Amino acid sequence: MLKGLIGKKVGMTQIFDEAGVAIPVTLIEAGPCYVTQVRTPDKDGYSAVQLGFVEAKPKRLSGGQLGHLKRNNLPPLRFLREFRAKEPGLSEGDPVKVSVFAVGDAVDVVGTSKGKGFQGGVKRYHFRGGPKTHGQSDRHRAPGARSSGTTPGRVYKGSRGPGHMGSERVTTQNLKVVLVDEERNLLGVRGAVPGAKGGILLIKEARKQ
Amino acid sequence: MSNQELLKSVEAPDNPNIPELSPGDTVKVFLRIKEGNNERIQEFRGTIIRMRSGGNNGNFTVRRVASNGIGVERTFLLRSPRIEKVQVERHSKVRRAQLYYLRDRTGKSARLKQKFS
Repeated sequence: MLKGLIGKKVGMTQIFDEAGVAIPVTLIEAGPCYVTQVRTPDKDGYSAVQLGFVEAKPKRLSGGQLGHLKRNNLPPLRFLREFRAKEPGLSEGDPVKVSVFAVGDAVDVVGTSKGKGFQGGVKRYHFRGGPKTHGQSDRHRAPGARSSGTTPGRVYKGSRGPGHMGSERVTTQNLKVVLVDEERNLLGVRGAVPGAKGGILLIKEARKQ
Repeated sequence: MSNQELLKSVEAPDNPNIPELSPGDTVKVFLRIKEGNNERIQEFRGTIIRMRSGGNNGNFTVRRVASNGIGVERTFLLRSPRIEKVQVERHSKVRRAQLYYLRDRTGKSARLKQKFS
């Protein structure tokens, strides 16, 4: 059975468990999703399920997207994402709801991290920066040496340095599900998930359990 | 529902057994303590030296001087289900919101003037 959903980050808060301990919770508006396409090893070379999320105005989608959804008489859906699943046990047009997850499950959540813009090495890669005292000037957050001397005489490709940070795909692994509300399509996981509020998230069964 | 409303709906409600508290109050906090399968109530009596608002995360700190003049401070979440109830025994006249100066004082100088309402 496929354990995967597309959701939207609502925000964070804290709730109390039975023992009265406050636990940090991220709320996710998850689903209802629809199976828009099933990938099979015969046809596509791998097995996966394509899910769609968020109903949209038809004019927001292209004709190709609308036609793709119309095959299974599905409403216009804004986000389509694929989930790998050996035996999905689903056919095209089926709805997928939060009830695929239960309290206590471990999930991986994939999102797009908040953009930080162009950042230096200290923030981006936790470089130590230079000494703060002993007559230093302009060296406090400098990256230091980037390469060797005459040989090789250049900076190796892929070396860490200042540059654009954030706005990339990030996976948070092994988050515990603490809340499932089928009626309001709400999912609560313990801890933080990547991205801003309102960001699109993929929720999958945890790979490393 | 908006995001804020969704978040509010899963948060714990206000505890009706906690009256309005303010810094300087002498209070008795009744805590539910679980020991194995038994539940008992423990009291913690002291002076509120700090109130922190913040809805779901609001808390307050109670200071009491235990034996040998050792100060003990405990912070309680206002919406924690572990708090059975809070009793206010005395209001005090205080001129600041955080009474950290009580930490440096002992004996007579650590007293607060009572406020009658």
